[in-house]
Amino acid sequence: MGRVKTIARRSFLIGSAAILGGVAFGTYLVKRDPANPLASDAAAGEAVFNPWVKINADGITLVTPHTDLGQGAASMQAMLIAEELDVDMDQITTTPGVPAGAYYNTALAAEAVPFRSNDDSFAAEAMRSTMGAVMKVFGAQVTGGSTSVPDSFDKLRMAGAVARETLKAAASAETGIDVQLLKTQSGAVILPDGTRMYYTDLAAAAADLEPVTDVTLRDPSQWRLIGKPLERLDIVAKSTGTQTFGIDLKVDGMVHASVRMNPRKGARMLGFDASAAEEMRGVSQIIGLPYGVAVIADNTWRAFQALDVIDYDWNVAPYPAEQSDHWAAVVASFTPDRLDKEWRHDGDVDAALNSAEVFEAEYRAPYVAHQPLEPLGAIAQFTPERVDIWVSHQLPGFAQQRIGKRLDMQTDQIHLHNQYAGGSFGHRLEFDNIDVAVDIAREVPGTPVKLTFSREEDFAQDYNRQIGMARGRGAHANGQITALDLDIATVSASRSQSGRLGAPVPGPDTQIAAGAWNMRYAVPDLRVRAYAVPELAPTSSWRSVGASTAGFFAESFVDELIHAAGADPMAERLRLVNDDDARRVLEAVAEMSNWGAPLGAGQGRGVALVTSFGVPVAEVVAVTATDAGIKIDRVWVAAEVGRVVDPVTFENQVMGGVVWGLGHAMNSEITYADGRAVQDNYHLSEGMRIHQCPVIEVRALENNPAIRGIGEPPVPPAAPALANAIFAATGVRLREMPFFKTVDFV
Amino acid sequence: MKLTVNGTSHEVDVEDDMPLLWVLRDELGITGVKYGCGIAQCGACTVHVDGMAVRSCQLAAADVDGEITTIEGLGTPEALHAVQAAWIEHQVAQCGYCQSGQIMQAASFLDGTTAPTDDQIDEAMRGNLCRCGTYPRIRAAIKTAAAKLQGA
Repeated sequence: MGRVKTIARRSFLIGSAAILGGVAFGTYLVKRDPANPLASDAAAGEAVFNPWVKINADGITLVTPHTDLGQGAASMQAMLIAEELDVDMDQITTTPGVPAGAYYNTALAAEAVPFRSNDDSFAAEAMRSTMGAVMKVFGAQVTGGSTSVPDSFDKLRMAGAVARETLKAAASAETGIDVQLLKTQSGAVILPDGTRMYYTDLAAAAADLEPVTDVTLRDPSQWRLIGKPLERLDIVAKSTGTQTFGIDLKVDGMVHASVRMNPRKGARMLGFDASAAEEMRGVSQIIGLPYGVAVIADNTWRAFQALDVIDYDWNVAPYPAEQSDHWAAVVASFTPDRLDKEWRHDGDVDAALNSAEVFEAEYRAPYVAHQPLEPLGAIAQFTPERVDIWVSHQLPGFAQQRIGKRLDMQTDQIHLHNQYAGGSFGHRLEFDNIDVAVDIAREVPGTPVKLTFSREEDFAQDYNRQIGMARGRGAHANGQITALDLDIATVSASRSQSGRLGAPVPGPDTQIAAGAWNMRYAVPDLRVRAYAVPELAPTSSWRSVGASTAGFFAESFVDELIHAAGADPMAERLRLVNDDDARRVLEAVAEMSNWGAPLGAGQGRGVALVTSFGVPVAEVVAVTATDAGIKIDRVWVAAEVGRVVDPVTFENQVMGGVVWGLGHAMNSEITYADGRAVQDNYHLSEGMRIHQCPVIEVRALENNPAIRGIGEPPVPPAAPALANAIFAATGVRLREMPFFKTVDFV
Repeated sequence: MKLTVNGTSHEVDVEDDMPLLWVLRDELGITGVKYGCGIAQCGACTVHVDGMAVRSCQLAAADVDGEITTIEGLGTPEALHAVQAAWIEHQVAQCGYCQSGQIMQAASFLDGTTAPTDDQIDEAMRGNLCRCGTYPRIRAAIKTAAAKLQGA
């Protein structure tokens, strides 16, 4: 980024403020960094160099504000700080800290703008900068959008470097030795004679200094930790049953509770009869709420049992009761008044298709549940002065504000203690568990209440992945794709979600056609349009969000057109690809999979390339059609992420993303009957189990200067690559997920 | 009734039909064992009764007939079981919520199988759901653990 452009970006801020939701603010506010949340309760002799590093005589504490949902965020954040701070990973303790504006997510703001991630135009950069300013003002601390690494990479290394240089300044002041002669290593400043002054001993002196902010980040050639395999900080605890998840936490005097909410999601309860539950053992309180009933008991199972014997009178669903009506609403949405945005139009698609033989196909993607294995829950303790809540959440600051509003209290009276999560996949962006826990806790002031959802309740109350369809029209000539027109209609998970947040996102939904409109192909005549289906059942962000559906539509249709043209799926994609990063990931999986080598009877290979969250990912899936059904043999994945911070976690995230993408495409959907989700436990929505899991080979490419997250991008190519492989093996084209409705899997 | 968990005897006063899972978690405060589904579909609640892997969400307290071992009794951070050591070596866990059950299932499986094939592993482990998708590492860790147990 050149100097001139930087100045121009700053001046752009003022002019564009009004565009973004009509909120007026000046650059002075943007420049004023939010207060350091560690400073307010810093003890004497405790150095709080910045919002991420605290050192006192007892030890070194690193704050890792991105919520650890299992993706390894805590270890990754600690490693970035430790790299520059010169501490060893066994010398530190980590804490998620308290929710604070200082932890706003600048990278998420960059992803929220409607430009292709490889668009470095002034308009795109300016918009990213503006969104970053908005996020900073609102102090949005968000874990999501595969942004933990890009948000942290510079910031946390800088946090470590500032602390290190300040400690060196303290050592210099104490010894009189020129700071240029001081070195640092393993939590100590090293004097020229080899004497070690430990950070913990220097903390008190450093606390009296202004932090040294004129620091330079180290060259990658000097890195000790980044890019090398890291033993996760939580790996021993998670292998010995000693990791405390939110559901495991104990608070003194705690009681147990569970809830049954109207399974017609969002509707109220008309009445209930709990007489059968009142005398049940261990039940201490039955609480009627506008949306359902909560039971407080001395054991979670007893609360579950009591909820099962209560008679409920539920109101009707605020959306169509039957699944067929949900599909009818989707089908009816390919109309001009539902057009959300024409995201891309290269050439002249109408003219091209008018003068060609048109190939057409239609695709469907169902609602799908999140269902991480740790069920929703929270511990809440209410007093009129203060509310404490122990929960794992991806939006801890929003959660505090929300509780404050719900209880008519100030946000600073609400104390959220963020916990390790047993998975999320987008589930812990929602607030039902927090709302319910607080509603119960206010009925028993002073008593901590641990709320646990039953699995059935968790399924019933999930905000599922968007339902949607696509219609593709295309043409080919001389063995090449010449025209491609893709219309995508889904409900808007972004609007559903942001509406519940009370912060509606203006403008078109960037997610409906995500992963499709930004396909890195040069087709002479190419158009992608997004249509917004009116809200049906409420939906939310599901690992990889819009690209999980649009990527399936786009790469299935591209594959169909290639086959119609009589071309090779890999060769034609390589001919069409218009971007070096995308070309390299395709070339990588072609080489890894030995694409083109002869296949045995019943075998087939499929490829897909989808770019989401700025990361192009190519996957090749190999299957064998057996007498018992389709067997997935192997998957090869290549992703361009700029730089891998930790190769172990990277590989885990990629493999997990592939399993997530394949498993749900094969086996999972949520359908509605009588206004309720039909699938209420894992036997009806199980994702992938080990016997269906293929061998997965992963390759990271590190060519792009921008660092990217990897939690979500491996998901979208998995479903179309599998469908394309099954077509190659069997001639059966899968145009609707879940695939088990059409083919058997072994 | 009396239950022996990880070598310690406990007297508990619970309904006959309370699942062992909830006796362990909410009565005895042993939380390494997890609630996932309540219907034996996920395996997160797997414990051993006399060395055999069972789903504690389906075993009524009154029907427990033997000594119970939970993940905490299998091994500790200071004295790891071979399966736990292999899980750490391969860095299997992501969110980790299912891994207590996976490890208990694997330990029981390896008690009777010395050199497991991928097919045998898949058959033994298919009742244990992992939403994060750690299956490739679970396979590798089980093979490492099997080799260690053989050498022991």
